[in-house]
Amino acid sequence: MNQLLSASYTIIEIATIICLAAISVSLILLVYRIITGPTSADRAVALDSVGMNMMGMAALTAVLIPTTKINDVILLIGILLFIGTVAIAKYLEKGVIIDRDLD
Amino acid sequence: MLSLIETWTEIIANIIIAFFLLSGAFFLLSSSIGVIRFPDVYTRLHATTKGATLGISGLLIGAFLFLYLQHDIVSGKLLLAVVFTLLTSPVAGHMISRAAHRAGAKPVTRHRTDEYEQAIQKQKQHQK
Repeated sequence: MNQLLSASYTIIEIATIICLAAISVSLILLVYRIITGPTSADRAVALDSVGMNMMGMAALTAVLIPTTKINDVILLIGILLFIGTVAIAKYLEKGVIIDRDLD
Repeated sequence: MLSLIETWTEIIANIIIAFFLLSGAFFLLSSSIGVIRFPDVYTRLHATTKGATLGISGLLIGAFLFLYLQHDIVSGKLLLAVVFTLLTSPVAGHMISRAAHRAGAKPVTRHRTDEYEQAIQKQKQHQK
């Protein structure tokens, strides 16, 4: 029984390492799309997804070394990712980020 | 007897945590494959907003369950990050798709009509 319990703890570690490898492969695919994207909107989409993968990688790191100090980092990456994506989208749409004529 | 039940509960909890983590990483990887394989800005956006949101939710819920069940830590920031991602990812996708349409990216469709372009033209005629 105790062997089964320790095996289940090992399952979590192995699953975490497998997840880190999968997210690394996904980041490589996204960097390919960022480099050879036909338009700028493709690059913006891929950058948004890169931020998502960074959040997942931080969560997996928090599981791998059991700590709670990375949870702030996850929330902060999410907020900055949203602001950055909105800024890129407004720049692609109008050419300016902060429009000064309030029509 | 009681320790037996506790041991089995712990084993099942570990298996559930591993399932959440693995399914989250699977959905993130498949959304990236969708970004590579789809032919169009809008279809790529469709892949990345839905798939990455589901993957992030799975990973963060797995991390929350890990910290709660094994270390007795209730980390509300992870659940807050899940809620925040669910709120902001559709908004970001909508803004990128509108910017791509304004920048002139053509959708690959089977029937060659662009309904958003027609709606913009109709609104312009209505304003005149």
